Amino acid sequence: MSKHVLLIEDEPNIIEAISFILTREGLRVETHTDGTTANARLRERQPDLLILDVMLPGKSGYDILRELREEAATANLPVLMLTARGQTRDREMAERAGVSAFMSKPFSNAEMLEMVRSLVTSRA
Amino acid sequence: MSDQVDAPRKPSVFLERQSYRRRRIIDAARVLPLLGLLLWLIPLLWTDEGVAGVRSSTAIVYLFSVWLVLVVLSCVVSTALAFRDGPQSPPHDDEAAQ
Amino acid sequence: MSMLNTLIAVCAAYALFLFAIAFAAERVALRGRTGWLRSPVVYTLSLSIYCTAWTFYGAVGSAVRSGFEYLTIYLGPSLVLVGWWWILRKLVRIGRAQRITSVADLISSRYGKSNLLGVGVTILAVVGTTPYIALQLQSVTLSFEVFAAGDMAAGEEKGHTALWVAAGLALFTVIFGTRNLDANERHNGVVMAIAVEAVVKLAALLAVGVFVVWGVSGGVEQTLARIDASALGRWRIDGGRWAGLMLLSAAAFLCLPRIFQVLVVENDDETHLRTASWAFPLYLGLMSLFVVPIAVAGLDLLPPGSNPDLFVLTVPLSQGRDGLAMLSFLGGFSSATSMVIVAAIALSTMVSNHVVMPLWLRFAEPGATVSGDVRNVVLTSRRLSIIGVVMLGYLYYRLSGGGAALATIGLVSFTGVAQVLPAMLGGIFWRGATRVGALTGLTLGFGCWGYTLFLPSFGPGVFLPEAWMVHGPFGLSWLRPQALFGIGGMDPLLHALFWSMALNTAGFVAASLASFPTPLERLQGAQFVHVFDHSPSPRSWTGGAAQAEDLMIMAQRILGAPDARALFEREARRQGLHGGLPDPTPGFLETLERELAGSVGAATAHAMVGQIVGGMSVSVEDLMAVADETAQMMEYSARLRAQSQELARTAAQLREANAKLTRLSVQKDAFLSQISHELRTPMTSIRAFSEILRDTEGLAPEDQHKYASIIHDEAIRLTRLLDDLLDLSVLENGQVSLNLREGLLSDVLDRAVAAAAADETGARLRIERDPAAEQVWLNTDLDRLSQVFINLVANARKYCDAVRPVLEIRVSAGEEVVIDFIDNGQGIGREARDMIFEKFARVSDQKAGGAGLGLAICRQIMVRLGGNISYLSGQPGAAFRVVLPANIALAAQ
Repeated sequence: MSKHVLLIEDEPNIIEAISFILTREGLRVETHTDGTTANARLRERQPDLLILDVMLPGKSGYDILRELREEAATANLPVLMLTARGQTRDREMAERAGVSAFMSKPFSNAEMLEMVRSLVTSRA
Repeated sequence: MSDQVDAPRKPSVFLERQSYRRRRIIDAARVLPLLGLLLWLIPLLWTDEGVAGVRSSTAIVYLFSVWLVLVVLSCVVSTALAFRDGPQSPPHDDEAAQ
Repeated sequence: MSMLNTLIAVCAAYALFLFAIAFAAERVALRGRTGWLRSPVVYTLSLSIYCTAWTFYGAVGSAVRSGFEYLTIYLGPSLVLVGWWWILRKLVRIGRAQRITSVADLISSRYGKSNLLGVGVTILAVVGTTPYIALQLQSVTLSFEVFAAGDMAAGEEKGHTALWVAAGLALFTVIFGTRNLDANERHNGVVMAIAVEAVVKLAALLAVGVFVVWGVSGGVEQTLARIDASALGRWRIDGGRWAGLMLLSAAAFLCLPRIFQVLVVENDDETHLRTASWAFPLYLGLMSLFVVPIAVAGLDLLPPGSNPDLFVLTVPLSQGRDGLAMLSFLGGFSSATSMVIVAAIALSTMVSNHVVMPLWLRFAEPGATVSGDVRNVVLTSRRLSIIGVVMLGYLYYRLSGGGAALATIGLVSFTGVAQVLPAMLGGIFWRGATRVGALTGLTLGFGCWGYTLFLPSFGPGVFLPEAWMVHGPFGLSWLRPQALFGIGGMDPLLHALFWSMALNTAGFVAASLASFPTPLERLQGAQFVHVFDHSPSPRSWTGGAAQAEDLMIMAQRILGAPDARALFEREARRQGLHGGLPDPTPGFLETLERELAGSVGAATAHAMVGQIVGGMSVSVEDLMAVADETAQMMEYSARLRAQSQELARTAAQLREANAKLTRLSVQKDAFLSQISHELRTPMTSIRAFSEILRDTEGLAPEDQHKYASIIHDEAIRLTRLLDDLLDLSVLENGQVSLNLREGLLSDVLDRAVAAAAADETGARLRIERDPAAEQVWLNTDLDRLSQVFINLVANARKYCDAVRPVLEIRVSAGEEVVIDFIDNGQGIGREARDMIFEKFARVSDQKAGGAGLGLAICRQIMVRLGGNISYLSGQPGAAFRVVLPANIALAAQ
């Protein structure tokens, strides 16, 4: 059974790019542009990996991650965080929020793929 | 603080000693009348009964001796005071010249 | 020539001699050569007016009657003198500092210059002294009688003698006692005459004593043996009287008007007290030394029943020593006359100052005080007072008829004047003593004394009915004059002394505690009690060393010990002294004052140095200077306050600037972070799709096209972002160069609407305009203005969320040209309105087409053009108002 990846990102072009890359590798990708809708979806059924953008309309990626970590069910969910700001302070904040991995935009497709693979398999 | 440290080796010890001496002389001047009163009240203890009584000659000698002692002590004290207070007193202040 | 005539001749010669001495002394003093006139010896001798005829003659009589009791009269004053440091020093200082003229003046001055008290003390003094003067007259008369015994009928002569003596004394006192107006000045003639008389009476008594001891008894041992064998052979004394009389005589010595006169008023130099402190007790000792031997000799030699009061005269006479008797007579005469003279001066001063002058001032026509005759009035009043006092004594003597009644008057008088003591001591040692207290004490004491001692002393039935003495007034036995409150069996004198002093003191203290002093009383009280802090020491009192020492102590207190020592040592070296203190030269004082001024201010320093060295209590100038300095200090502190306020303002500004900088720094960080985000986001898409295009094999052609388009769009987005950033940077730095042109507002709007429409796909937005209003000529950078309009129209197109979006553009051209852009969407939330003109501020990220720089650029442009752009609240949708200044708008052509 294919692995399930949930992507929360507000830039349509980036969503398209990531979906393309991961789908080609046989992963199932579900996308949301907004943290609030994603939350409900997460409670329904846990994905194998969550890819989270930091700058989101409404709720920031950090806030979503903190909420996930506070809930027992999602406390150990692998989360890959993407940020376009790429400053060290952002990385620290992400680590404090309990991120599994962190990538700054723009990223290379190969690196992204490798990172997703390792996160998904570590879960298994 | 520094006062206590400095005081002993400064030359003005002389001043402090002189000032101290003057205070004690004044104390003496204060005590003197009390001494005189005490000595002159002693006759109150003398009995005037019969042969045991004090003879008048003794009384005279005692009372006037006290008197003389007081005069001498008073003279010493006031002369000492005068000497301390005013070496440059006016010439008519003969006690100071003694 | 009879003995009496010789006596009269000697008396006259002696009187002339005294006049001559007094004259000579006045002459010498006038020439200013007062050196030896004012020696401590003369001062001590003048105190001897304490020894009156009562003691000269009466001591022997007293010894015969009561043994050694007579000594107490001398012991008390001796103790007072030996203990001069306690009371006399202060009394003399106060007297000099306050220019006190009498006991009454002292009390009155201390208690707020109350004349009522002055009058009270004056009455007390007159009542207490008049019998005493009478006693002197009597003693002179009696001594005359001794010589006149065989010559003529005594009865007639008696009155004449007393009258002559009284008249002579009055004359002498008037001449020498009222030479100068200022009662506080020394009566040189009088004092000199008294000093001579003091020598005469001492010499006379010593001569008689020596004659008795060595001439009659044959030596000291024989004399002592003779005493022991006599009726006085055993120590026999009433203990209560021994202690009580010692106390009484000490008190009286302080309070007797005549003693106060010579002790305080005539005092010329405080240092004289030091000499007197031992010399006067010595004098008293010598005066009393031979009293008992003379008494014993008199008892032995003279027939029983002889008057022991006259033994001093009668013993030499009985031995045929007429010359010695004459000397003795002169001694007694001297004692009597000196007492009367000084007492008359003292009393006349009181009577004149406290009774006559106040009355005269009250009844004299207004203006009298400013005309010149006051001086004469004072002198006349004093002269009449002297005559009055002496004649009062004479009258008293005549009316009392002399005799035994007078003999006891000495102690009665002492007890009377001693009533001043509580008010006096309380006044100089206790600041809480008040006028009411003094009045109460004096009244109680005086009343008690009069009732229990003075009136009864005239004998039963004279003033007080005999029944009162036995049963008390109106049968109230507890008010019996000699057994108050039912406590009988006491010696009448001690009884009176105890009750009068007890009631006096209790009344004085209680009333003082209960009452409240007037300001003047409090001021005087402070000056009296702290006289040594306020008044200058006389020059000879504190010589250089003491003065320098005081300065040193003061300087140490202010400058600190090391600094003060260094200062003084430096000065001592400069003066060429080694190891000692510098002399307080004017130069040094100035230096010191300056040093001190650095710490305490000039006026205070001056006053402090002045107090020690010079001078006076703080003068009015000093006080003014202190006030000035205080004002200066207040001004200075006000200035300080102003400065500190300014500092606070500066600090606030600095804090603000710092906060601004911090804010700017935060803004800069946020800005960089934003730019980074805005740049990286399109870059992410470009990179991701370019890699996909590169790495993916077998990509469908429509996908290839789609991804290439995405790359293209994102590249354009990037370019636009960079353009905006550069544009904003140029605008913010003010480096923009405006391209001013003339044009119609309608044209600018047309271009902007077209550009905005071209930018977007589909023209969903309907734009409502008013072409007529838009016909406004402008002279400005039309391209920049157009950029603003494009932005606003594009925003409306992007963000208006109405189903059928409509943008209305209203133009109103008055003084300024106002262009409003109002759409029919939701508008912008109140809290976001402040932010929309900031960089990267996006109200909603949902449709983030731009980087959020548009409105920021618009604002910058409008600022450059001299107008402004603002959010217009109160409209249904989003509304922006662009205002162009008047000078841009040209009159419509």
